[in-house]
Amino acid sequence: MFNQSRSRIIRLIFLVVILVITGQLFYLQVVSGKFRQMADENAILRKTIYPPRGLVFDRHKKAIVNNTLTHDLMVTPAHLKGIDTFFLCRLMEIDTAEFRDRVITAIIKNSSQKPSVFEASLSPQKYARIQENLWRFEKAFYVQERPIRSYPYDAGANIFGYLGEVDTTYLKKYADEGYVSGDYAGMTGLEANYEKALMGQRGVQYLIKDNFSRIQGPYEGGAMDVEAVAGSNLYTSIDIVLQQFGEKLLTNKVGSIVAIDPKTGGILAMVSSPTYNPGYLTGTERRKHFSELYTDPRLPLLNRAVNASYPPGSTFKTLQALVGLAEGVITTKTTFSCSGAFYGCGSARPMGCLDPGTFYLSSGITHSCNTYFANVMQRVINNPRYPSVDSSLRAWNNYMSAFGLGHKLGVDVPTEQKGMIPTPEFFNKQYGAGKWGFCTFRSVSIGQGEVTATPLQVANEMAYIANKGWYYIPHIGDSIEGEDKFGLLEKFRQRIVPINMPDSIFEVVHDGMQGVMESGTGRGSRVEGITICGKTGTVENYYRGVKQPNHSFFAAFAPRENPKIAIMCVVENSGRFGGTYAAPIVSLMIQKYINDTISAKWKPRMESIISTNLIPKMMLDKMRQRDSIRRVREEERELKTDLKNIRDTLQSEDNLTETEAKAGNRKENKPPKDTGNKKPERKDILQPDTLKKRMVHSRDTAKTDKNQ
Amino acid sequence: MSQRNPAISKGIDWSLAGIYLLLVAIGLTAIFAATYKEGEPVIQSFLRFKTDYSKQFFFFVIGAALALFVLLTDSKFFAATANLGYVIGIVALLLVFPFHSDVKGTKSIIKMGAFNFQPAEFCKIFVALALAKYLSRPETDFSKIRSQLVAAAIVMFPAALTILQSETGLALVFFSFFIVMYREGLPSIILLVGFAIAALIVATIVIPPNTLAIILTTIAAGIIYVYQRQIKRNRGLLLGIVVLWIVCVGIQRFAVPYIFKNVLQKHQVERIYDLFGKDNPYETKKIELTAEDAKKKKESGTSYNVRQSKIAIGSGRVFGKGLLNATQTRYDFVPEQRTDFIFCTVGEGFGFAGSIVLLGLYLFLLFRIVTIAERQRSTFSRCYAYGVASVFFFHIAINMAMTVGLAPVIGIPLPFISYGGTSLLTFTMMLFILIRLDADRQMVLR
Repeated sequence: MFNQSRSRIIRLIFLVVILVITGQLFYLQVVSGKFRQMADENAILRKTIYPPRGLVFDRHKKAIVNNTLTHDLMVTPAHLKGIDTFFLCRLMEIDTAEFRDRVITAIIKNSSQKPSVFEASLSPQKYARIQENLWRFEKAFYVQERPIRSYPYDAGANIFGYLGEVDTTYLKKYADEGYVSGDYAGMTGLEANYEKALMGQRGVQYLIKDNFSRIQGPYEGGAMDVEAVAGSNLYTSIDIVLQQFGEKLLTNKVGSIVAIDPKTGGILAMVSSPTYNPGYLTGTERRKHFSELYTDPRLPLLNRAVNASYPPGSTFKTLQALVGLAEGVITTKTTFSCSGAFYGCGSARPMGCLDPGTFYLSSGITHSCNTYFANVMQRVINNPRYPSVDSSLRAWNNYMSAFGLGHKLGVDVPTEQKGMIPTPEFFNKQYGAGKWGFCTFRSVSIGQGEVTATPLQVANEMAYIANKGWYYIPHIGDSIEGEDKFGLLEKFRQRIVPINMPDSIFEVVHDGMQGVMESGTGRGSRVEGITICGKTGTVENYYRGVKQPNHSFFAAFAPRENPKIAIMCVVENSGRFGGTYAAPIVSLMIQKYINDTISAKWKPRMESIISTNLIPKMMLDKMRQRDSIRRVREEERELKTDLKNIRDTLQSEDNLTETEAKAGNRKENKPPKDTGNKKPERKDILQPDTLKKRMVHSRDTAKTDKNQ
Repeated sequence: MSQRNPAISKGIDWSLAGIYLLLVAIGLTAIFAATYKEGEPVIQSFLRFKTDYSKQFFFFVIGAALALFVLLTDSKFFAATANLGYVIGIVALLLVFPFHSDVKGTKSIIKMGAFNFQPAEFCKIFVALALAKYLSRPETDFSKIRSQLVAAAIVMFPAALTILQSETGLALVFFSFFIVMYREGLPSIILLVGFAIAALIVATIVIPPNTLAIILTTIAAGIIYVYQRQIKRNRGLLLGIVVLWIVCVGIQRFAVPYIFKNVLQKHQVERIYDLFGKDNPYETKKIELTAEDAKKKKESGTSYNVRQSKIAIGSGRVFGKGLLNATQTRYDFVPEQRTDFIFCTVGEGFGFAGSIVLLGLYLFLLFRIVTIAERQRSTFSRCYAYGVASVFFFHIAINMAMTVGLAPVIGIPLPFISYGGTSLLTFTMMLFILIRLDADRQMVLR
């Protein structure tokens, strides 16, 4: 047996080779961790299951925000080769340039391997045409169903808000909530505020795919899957019929109406005008419509009920009365006489009043006597109980804060404004410490000058007065189906009693307000059979130092004995008194809510109000300007397309790879997308919140204010 | 002897038989895992022989019958018919040329009824026997060059025929018989030269040609410098070094490119270069590829197989995912996973632990065969045993190295595990002939 030693060498060779393989296995399976992940990426598909969004109901359980199905045409750019582009363009009624633009956008957004939306919400005609010919475009195109919102009553756009595609800022802000690019979320209004409840819970399905990405079935028998939970329905306090009616009344007017059920704080109607059909922002041309609304000088996207603040004008006098009584500087029997103006500030320009005479508190309210309330506030501010103007003004501030002014109320519609109540700090900054006194800001006593409030705050004041000293935070959301898992409604369950004041104080104010309707400034808007307590207001305003037509204000509650509705209305720049436009609108709303019908006597007036156009001249000018600019642009565009068509016919069609290469360069100058986070640009557009006006006023608060 | 001991069980090496059964069982399980689809009626499809695992089981039954038949045969029969068997094998290989059927790009398969028949596969048995017969001849003196050349010819002739059938992988298996010759006294220098050439070829692929030429020249110059004294005394040494240098550079600059360009097929060259993560430089039509196209090509080519195979094995981690949870192998990410890439199933399903067990079984099998070889009295049995060990080793090493990305993709099956009737029957026959010969190890066969 020679050469036997070689058996050992042979064994050694066997051993070494096996050990080398073992070593590589050790590296692959034990040392390197990347393969498990690569395997999962290979084989597991994470699919999000979208639950249907919750519906919104009004107080009579009528669905006011509903879901319907729409169809999106999806494109996967990687499979576009060999598709009859021309035919598709004909079906979609677009040109090839538009087609290329959309494909490039899709590649930028989602890469060429993943499907992205080619056209959202196909119109029924297009859907039918595409569906018939879809087989021609197989792999590259498919149609996806997507639920969208529908609004059976075409009203309440500013309340509901709209859904928008989430963008990167949104994704960053809500990083933990599981949104992915391409999702839709509530961008404003109730949709945004109750997003958590309405969206429901997304489900996740893990699926196994094979080497051709074909679905093979659930991963691990679906053990890791998460069921989707449908969005909860939201029940609101809105009376959709009242809302519709309010919107109709404010046709062609700029302003808003807020009606609150004083017993619950539930908002019955929140009208902001001009408004738009809420369905306008859901359909095929959502983007186009959005930018149209966005650039409209009338600011239809602005929810004036919460996002605009005005000097409350004479409606503020009711609160002055309460403060005076609570502070004990006047009694119900106190009288002041007005000889034609308020001369309490010596040489400064006197504030005029229209009805000279001697007034009690209630008749002061009834006739909206400026002198009376200037005197009341002067007594409050110069009260010897307080060591300085600072402290007395602060005491006055406390009352205002208790009435819900100067801070956000916390309503469940986003973008609420604070309004403004002047504080000692404010005046110190403005004039220097010790260099100001009541006479500096005496116009505040009649709701002009440095004080502003949102329509919602004014309506809430009315609820407060109607309830004789308490209110609930005004809210639209009443209850959430199932349960309020996220505590969204908790703060609306708490009755707020800011300061204790005896009922008798309120009775006097009620008397005065009832008088307004019976013999005072609002007598023209009396309603048979309903005891309305109201207060008119005529608000002077300025835009860039130029005096604009007055805002017409009216705030009321009814019936006095058992208040069911607290309401306010503002009509911007109507140029007349509070009693002219705002008061009848409020009366109509009250009738509609309490009686459910409009009496025959009121019908003609209703018609005339609806047909009155009070869009301010300034807005009309801007609209005309915009329209002419648009016309010029359109002409330019037409010319451009003509030129382009000529060029296109000369140029041969480029292939897709070039498009993809270009996509990289195009990334920087991406066209602006509409998103809900963007608020309408306020620059250079007429502002209902007369910020600039306030500056003018602060310089000359002593200006005589005409008040009814 | 067998007539005097009618019990066939006598002298049988049970450890080999046990390992055989174990490996076949693992193979059946792996094939089941790789091909079973969710919700399939297992028993029903098993009984109808519709599925791969039931077919493999059927082959196992046939194999067991054949094994029994082998065990009942007189061991002298194998020695006596070795030459005849070799002739039959060669004839079968030649018959392939006119009668082959086109099955996925190979020309090595003859269709016989429902079964595909691959002579190149079972020819190994005959070659092993014939080589053993030749080496065990009393008149063979293996220290003579002539005998060595004859032995090499016995091995290389079927290899050449197999290459002509586009089955390079199976042809390479025949090279493993050099291990047998090495054991029987082939000079070590041949083995060393073989390794050196292999190293040079690898270097040619990995290192740019000019750099390698410079390195080789430097080495030659260095050797001349170190041995200058001896060279002064013996001029022949210098000549030897220079000739060696010329041969090396010749191989590197001319022989390898020539082989890659003209002898091997394009896909084979690509596979070799893929292994080292390089593009084939000998592609005749070199098109400028964009980055994306190149990526696509990478993903679709053979490197895709290896990549997927590595992902599958790597994702098994230490203890594996469990047999039917192996997503990569169950959902066809790894091509050819029931045949050549069957090891992925084991790697993914049972992890490092399972792989080690399988490798351990194989190592035990190889060592056991070597032990058995060395205890034979007759040279014939010993040579045959080494032949079996060599063939098994080559299959195991190349197949596993290929699946883990250490060897180029050469389509050869993993013994007893891979799906395929011919290969299972061939390996079974080889092993049981060895067991039969071993049972008569006291006998001297000629």
